[in-house]
Amino acid sequence: MLYREIGQYKTSYAADQQVFSIRQDRLIIAVLLLAAVFLIPFIANDYWLVAILIPSLSLALAALGLNILTGYCGQLSLGTAAFMSIGGFATYNLVMRIPEIPFPISMLLAGVIAGLAGVLVGLPSLRIKGFYLVVSTLAAHFFVQWLFDAVTWFKRNNPQGEIKPPPFKIFDFVFNTPVSQYLLVLGFVIVLTILAKNLMRSTTGRRMMAVRDMEVAANVMGIPIGRTKLLAFAISSFYCGLAGSLYVYCYLQLLDTKTYSLELAFATMFMVVVGGLGTIMGAFIGAAFIFLLPIWMNTTFGKYGIDPSQIQNISKMIFGALVIFLLIVEPNGLARLWMRAKDKLRKWPFPY
Amino acid sequence: MEFFLQVFVSGLLTGLMYSLVAIGFVLIYKASGVFNFAQGSMVLAAALTFVSFHEMGLGFAVSIVLTLVVMVLLGILVERVALRHLVNASLITLFMATVGLASIVEGLAQFVWGGEVHGLDLGIPDDALAIMGSFTVSTFDLFAAGIAAVLVTGLALFFNKTRTGLYLRSIADSPVAALSVGVPMSRMLAVVWATAGIVALVAGMLWGARLGVQFTLSVVALKALPVFVLGGFTSITGAIIGGLLIGAVQNLGEIYIGSIIGWGLQNWIPYAFALLVLLIRPSGLFGEKTVVRV
Amino acid sequence: MKGLSGRKVFGGWKTIGLCVALAVMMLSSAVFADVNLKMPKGKSFTDHNNVNLKRIIYTPLASYRVGPYAAGGTGYYGGEIDLFKWINLKYGGINGVPIVWDECETEWDTPRGVECYERYKNKGPYGATANDPLSVGIAYALQEKTQKDKIPSITPNHGNTASQDGRIFPYQFPLEITPYDEANIMVKYAGQKLGGMDKLKGKKIAVLYHGSAYGRETINFHNAMAKQYGYQIQQIEVAHPGNEQMAIWLNVKRWNPDFVFLRGWGVMVPVAIKTAAKVGYPISKLIGNIWSNSEADVIPAGAAAKGYVCINTQAPGRNWPLIQTLWKDLYEGRLTGGKNEGNMADKDKVGSVYYNLGVVAGIFHVEAMRVAMAKFGNDIPLNGQYKRYGLENLNFTDEKLKEYGVLGMMQNVYTSCKDHTGGHRGKFTQWDGKQFKTITDKWIEADEDQIWGLIHERSEKYAKENGITPRNCNNPKDVLYDLADVKK
Repeated sequence: MLYREIGQYKTSYAADQQVFSIRQDRLIIAVLLLAAVFLIPFIANDYWLVAILIPSLSLALAALGLNILTGYCGQLSLGTAAFMSIGGFATYNLVMRIPEIPFPISMLLAGVIAGLAGVLVGLPSLRIKGFYLVVSTLAAHFFVQWLFDAVTWFKRNNPQGEIKPPPFKIFDFVFNTPVSQYLLVLGFVIVLTILAKNLMRSTTGRRMMAVRDMEVAANVMGIPIGRTKLLAFAISSFYCGLAGSLYVYCYLQLLDTKTYSLELAFATMFMVVVGGLGTIMGAFIGAAFIFLLPIWMNTTFGKYGIDPSQIQNISKMIFGALVIFLLIVEPNGLARLWMRAKDKLRKWPFPY
Repeated sequence: MEFFLQVFVSGLLTGLMYSLVAIGFVLIYKASGVFNFAQGSMVLAAALTFVSFHEMGLGFAVSIVLTLVVMVLLGILVERVALRHLVNASLITLFMATVGLASIVEGLAQFVWGGEVHGLDLGIPDDALAIMGSFTVSTFDLFAAGIAAVLVTGLALFFNKTRTGLYLRSIADSPVAALSVGVPMSRMLAVVWATAGIVALVAGMLWGARLGVQFTLSVVALKALPVFVLGGFTSITGAIIGGLLIGAVQNLGEIYIGSIIGWGLQNWIPYAFALLVLLIRPSGLFGEKTVVRV
Repeated sequence: MKGLSGRKVFGGWKTIGLCVALAVMMLSSAVFADVNLKMPKGKSFTDHNNVNLKRIIYTPLASYRVGPYAAGGTGYYGGEIDLFKWINLKYGGINGVPIVWDECETEWDTPRGVECYERYKNKGPYGATANDPLSVGIAYALQEKTQKDKIPSITPNHGNTASQDGRIFPYQFPLEITPYDEANIMVKYAGQKLGGMDKLKGKKIAVLYHGSAYGRETINFHNAMAKQYGYQIQQIEVAHPGNEQMAIWLNVKRWNPDFVFLRGWGVMVPVAIKTAAKVGYPISKLIGNIWSNSEADVIPAGAAAKGYVCINTQAPGRNWPLIQTLWKDLYEGRLTGGKNEGNMADKDKVGSVYYNLGVVAGIFHVEAMRVAMAKFGNDIPLNGQYKRYGLENLNFTDEKLKEYGVLGMMQNVYTSCKDHTGGHRGKFTQWDGKQFKTITDKWIEADEDQIWGLIHERSEKYAKENGITPRNCNNPKDVLYDLADVKK
């Protein structure tokens, strides 16, 4: 009913190829975006902004990056946290050492640095395949963790080692209130999501998917395997680097290697897999699900007077069980569930 | 030279401890093609269960038997409830499912037994045994190496001399062919998961005696991962050799590279080494070469 | 049943052991008088989690009882909650105003800590009165937020070291001691053992530190002290989490230092102790730091830990009037109608290192509010702003410690506008295989003159980078800070 498309005719190739080809989709997205930009800043309190929206949006960006690499190009990676930390530390060093560069440019440059590191980490993927590749990204993770701790230059010889990064600013406007930080993260996320969506529909994106689906076949078709893989690593790490930078500058306000733990890498991987490999929407649904589920369980069980130490254990079990259940029921993730629902809606009430 | 030898030998012995966990990985990977990340949590669960039974006042042997039952049941349960339904899922999905499993096992173990730290005394002295001059070997590490040898021999006998072992090898070679000649696939998978539970118990007791029984035990999975990869996923021999190599490289690297570029390298040296080997041999030392067809 | 040492206790022996323990407790109860605070006694209050009351002191606790550091969190928050509960039951709260709290599990994870803080900061009639996360990461991440929200951070023995300088960090309280104090006291103890600081000349000291921001913090200071006292020093990093230290200890043994300082955390400590034994290095030369000093650090090491010495900011054990009173009132049920309503699930851990630290932290919470109410009156809004004033004017003289029944257990703490740490003292304890025994009667004090220079260097750099003008602690208006305009 809601999704009836009668009367929507595609009269040009451009119309046929647009990102959201159904009017209802465009409407939903527009409403969501408008609400996110104009409504939420007015109605959300500090808790929602600081504890929920900002971190889940920045993590969604990281998940998006990982999804480009793992979901679209099929390269397994546990290096997300490492790329995020490169982004975070690069931003910090650029901002503090070369204050002449405007902050946003520093952040983008940090993303580029993370992207270059991604290419380096991706090099072994030319020879090593499948699960073996995890070793390469894990090696990068542990190496980067060690490097940023051991070489004190990266922390500007700060003896405490846990750094308070200065707040993000554009010219003289300082982003130090939750609302401004939220809007900043949201801006980055919107622009980068649109870019990713279009990139994945382009030749580059389709090459990546060909590599993912069958490398040998893609090779035979003349797709440059190595270049495609490295490009995927670079783009993905760029996204992760920016996410890592936003995570620290707009959310945690604490820069330390511990911030980018392996658990974070696993969490983003969960977001991608549960949300839906190879879908843009999946990164967002997954991020919301994985980030919010534990918090939701924690607050809900707390109401029933369960021993606080056991709440966490119970949520851990439920979390694991739910993830496995989802993977069994819908191996393609939550995004796929939504697609199926949409298909049903489009045909309802005459599903022929 | 004496010092070098000391560092080298203690590294080899430590490496064997990683092999114990990696063998658990190998068993399950061989039979079902899953990298079971939850093996580390199973090690934790086994050690915690054993210690808790023991602290309740049950005897050593009784506690072992009870823990064994628990671990076997846990293994079978995992296979029945979760992994059976994930047959044919993609590599990533399977891997993440076992990470989810790890979360369940950790939660469950702490839910039942609590998060306290326990000591575990196996009654084996842990001090320096002088071999020659200043060259010493830890008595406990020697004992652990002995246990590892017994375990590996036992597994080898099991795989090579029993009917079940034959079935298992056939499944590892070709699941489809095995199924078509009437190998009871589902029962065999249960056997494998139960065996992995037993291996986790052995590893859990030895590691528990080394580190104390606490949450951090599950971290050994991350240390055993490069061993497993280096060995080539499917070979128990590979896991042993891989463990020895990683242990020695880690120790030597810490001493001889660490003194030059800064200490604390042991987290990434094993991975870097495994990566280096993989670049030369992309499927590990003892892994099977995969042939890709369109 | 679990013994404190983690060894099994057999059924039959269990009963006998319990009887003996009871007998000992009854005997000791004769020795110790009950603690009686000089505070009006109100109606006993039992509704400890009811946030909807009109006048309460709301103290959310970002606790952790699962995960890798569960042992520390369970003891610390157990001690704190026991003290709060006891004050509520016996006095109806602080000066008749009950303490109400919520627990929020963080698993020692910084993002979770931030979430907990945001969740509870505006609850209750006056909002949260303190942020107490027992985690440097969380305290550090919330530094600016707590300042803005006017909620003081209480971080005994940890937190941002530079925030010892209260002029620049009005809302941060790294009470008792900081890493610099600790390192200095450890060197002083080593000197004492040798028979004088001059004897340190030419000796060798190795420092094994945890591979994290926390572990690295004292590197420069240790080097400076080595130069000052003329001993050789080697500082070695142990990769996180520290479950494999064979190579490191072989290296230590080869160098053969006179002392090995452990700046450890979590599993690193028991493994260090065990590995020392493995390579044949004597345990008597090890000295553990403030986060390597609990039962959870030695029990997993088993027999190898016997004789292990470490620094502590409060003496462990139950032989202190306050701990005795808590035990009798809450665990034996004198105030709870015979029921055990203590917070520790494992009763044996009452009197453990982290439990006593939690009790001390609880005392800081309580005393801060008492100080504020004494100064501004009982009808003040019970919020973080006033609590901050109390925390800045703590005056734990011997009499005060005696009133709380912790003389000898807790150190003198005198905070001021300048000094938000206030203690700078440590005692040394030794593990005898079953429990920690205090081996230094007197408190060893750190050389503050030397340390202040380092602190100011760091805090002033922070002030400069963030555009903060330090308070002038000679100006009474600056001392009162954000309460300067309040009458009384």
